[in-house]
Amino acid sequence: MTGELLSVSGLTKAYPGVLANDKVSFTLREGEVHALLGENGAGKSTMVKMIYGLVKPDSGTMAFRGAPYAPSDPHAARGAGVAMVFQHFSLFDAMSVAENVALGMENPPALRDLASRIRQVSENYGLPLDPHRTVGDLSAGERQRVEIIRCLLQGPRLLIMDEPTSVLTPQEVEILFQTLRKLTSEGVAILYISHKLEEIRALCDHATILRLGRNVGTCVPRDTSAREMAELMVGGAFAAPARAGGDMGPIALDVTGLSVAAPGQFGTSLRNIHFTVRQGEVLGLGGVAGNGQDELLAALSGELPVDAEAIRLHGAPVGHLDPAARRALGLLTAPEERLGHAAAPDMSLTENTVLTAVRRENLMRNGFLRWGAAEEFARRIITTFDVRTPGPATAARALSGGNLQKFVIGREVLQRPGVLVVNQPTWGVDAAAAAAIRQALLDLAAGGTAVICISQDLDELMEISDRFGALNEGRLSEIKPTRGLGVEEIGLMMGGAHGMEVAHG
Amino acid sequence: MLKLEKRPQPSRFWTWLTPLLAVLITMVAGGALFAALGKDPVEAIATIFWQPLFGEFAFYYRPQLLIKGAPLVLIAIGLSLGFRAGIWNIGAEGQYIVGALTGAGVGLAFYPAESWAIFPLMVLAGGLGGWAWAMIPAVLKLRFGTNEILVSLMLVYVAEQLLAAMALGLMKNPEGHGFPGSRNLRQYESAHNAELIAGTGMHWGVVAALIAVILAYILLSRHILGYHIRLMGQAPRAARFAGVRPARLVLFCLGASGALAGLAGLFEVAGPAGQVSIDFNVGYGFTAIIVAFLGRLHPVGILLAGLLMALTYIGGEIAQSNLGLPAAAIQLFQGMLLFFLLAVDVLTNYRIRMIRREVA
Repeated sequence: MTGELLSVSGLTKAYPGVLANDKVSFTLREGEVHALLGENGAGKSTMVKMIYGLVKPDSGTMAFRGAPYAPSDPHAARGAGVAMVFQHFSLFDAMSVAENVALGMENPPALRDLASRIRQVSENYGLPLDPHRTVGDLSAGERQRVEIIRCLLQGPRLLIMDEPTSVLTPQEVEILFQTLRKLTSEGVAILYISHKLEEIRALCDHATILRLGRNVGTCVPRDTSAREMAELMVGGAFAAPARAGGDMGPIALDVTGLSVAAPGQFGTSLRNIHFTVRQGEVLGLGGVAGNGQDELLAALSGELPVDAEAIRLHGAPVGHLDPAARRALGLLTAPEERLGHAAAPDMSLTENTVLTAVRRENLMRNGFLRWGAAEEFARRIITTFDVRTPGPATAARALSGGNLQKFVIGREVLQRPGVLVVNQPTWGVDAAAAAAIRQALLDLAAGGTAVICISQDLDELMEISDRFGALNEGRLSEIKPTRGLGVEEIGLMMGGAHGMEVAHG
Repeated sequence: MLKLEKRPQPSRFWTWLTPLLAVLITMVAGGALFAALGKDPVEAIATIFWQPLFGEFAFYYRPQLLIKGAPLVLIAIGLSLGFRAGIWNIGAEGQYIVGALTGAGVGLAFYPAESWAIFPLMVLAGGLGGWAWAMIPAVLKLRFGTNEILVSLMLVYVAEQLLAAMALGLMKNPEGHGFPGSRNLRQYESAHNAELIAGTGMHWGVVAALIAVILAYILLSRHILGYHIRLMGQAPRAARFAGVRPARLVLFCLGASGALAGLAGLFEVAGPAGQVSIDFNVGYGFTAIIVAFLGRLHPVGILLAGLLMALTYIGGEIAQSNLGLPAAAIQLFQGMLLFFLLAVDVLTNYRIRMIRREVA
């Protein structure tokens, strides 16, 4: 913890219409874990892309190990000793671990030598990984290990990690942290991007907080409360969702023995899923990404055909019905992917209301669409859910992620569903919008709707759900009341560390 | 350095301006082509675009514009529905031929009886024939997952063989002294698709094309089926989420485009062409693909594009006979139009920005 490794001073980068980074400065020492903290859109990604040579700054300078540093591309950055693990993996499903690692290297050694080096590095850092396994069969946590090992083979001085824990169980997070601590003890610096405050308090030595592209403060996370950091991040206090505490009614949705074969080669099969939700209840379904969340949503929405009796809505079998027929009966859904699934990117917001609301909101007469009524409904969503957009004629793809998500959730909520299923309702959404969406779900439940919230954000599920279950490899755990659930127990419900317990034995 | 930057949403301004820009660039590049062939480029371009409309013999060419434009628009409207939904019927030429055969077959079967009901029956048969021919790729796609592009295209060649067999066999004129080709429907009053107003080129096919434009416009902008067609093409996953059944759209889009192509064939065989002959088809079914894209897959755009395409056909013929331009040069010229249209299309979704190269 001595020498200065990277110093960034006055870095500025503008995109059309936004100033992504405005004269940001900070320094990073050897062997420290430095957090880059901020909401979505605060400029964290642009900052690390400049350090990794993916984006060129408009002005400002960087120095790496005392020498001027201005990487023209990631190749130059890697040459200087900077490595990065991206949030979204760039791996080929059909190839083995070793082949994938070789693809990312400048001069890959023979595959057999590489395999033994992968084994060696993975043992050194407590990241067990079989170099000969096919990537398509790996869990999200294991895929991340492939990316990390690919970086470590380059012997980096600085490792950048972009939201690394969003795909991990609590146990896997602990293993990752031990690996990172081992790296820092060898003098490697880690630039850690996240908006999860407790995590940063547990791991990081220093934190730089960005808001709207500016550096709004630095702190030592161990000595700062999560609340103080949150307020720095959003620039003021925001209301945490509050429960009205309605009474629970009879069972609204009853899922019994739901099994679905995986739709694609690397999809997840659903195996014998059982659960019930009552009117006025919020059921939270957690789990690491890729354990059947998308498939469960598709089975509930009607996109994947299932047995009629497997899903009962208010007692009547609906498993054989298509999405439109289920909507007519009050079973509404909002999938994770906003653009291209929940909304058509090139269509206007008005046109996008017709996508799911045509029957319930009476937007059609004799097959002819009532565009006036559709526009009115779009306006109602925009005002009720504070969607920031020039108007209902704007194309869906022109909206920011958070605003489009408010629109998509608003479109379903305003249709007064009997049962609402949402998948990742606040993914990539800023804190204020996320709070608004959670509040809307709670209000809906208070009004007697049964809400199923599928999410990978455990804090979110703990905050809003009455009962909690976790998906693991297409199976659903036992469902338990949220109150009194410990992190350890939740982690085990999510499948523990996916056979990783020996890692740091 | 030039840089392309994606627009947050497609520019309406450029959506309508790019076709005009493409026509202009085609004129320039085509002019250069004609100059390289040793012809006066200005005269050649003027011959193609000016002569048919305002030249000395415009009284003859203007009706030709409607006669050539009508089948192009009728077929392109049908194709555009499928293209909007991502369903690629490339075989309109075959459906056009089969529609002409079934329609003319009904007319010839009644010969020499005269009745007002004969022509409407022929129209019905023409539409049904085209529809049935298009159902082959549709059903194969739904049943066996075949690619409708390949099947519909290959069926064009089957239809051409069928046409030759009919012209030489079953439908051959018994009083034709052994020459191939059917009786001339122009000389059979009940079956003749005559000009509605003499000297204008206005026949029932033109009326049908205009009705198709209006109906397609209403379908796409006002009806739930048109909405589902657009949704399926733009975001297939969102369409399934909305509850659209892809199979129904495949049947509708291929069926509608087949029926319209069949109608175009019937109107042509009963009117301008007059008889079933070996060389009856002249490529309207393929040119209509260009027309559909040139018109932005929008009904009104297709109407304008169909007229423009007809204009280059007629003007091209004049240029061939008056200036001695080779037919291949005219085809190249028409090909350029599509090429440049696709090239400038990038401006609709992207804007060009000048950026100074930074010193690395």
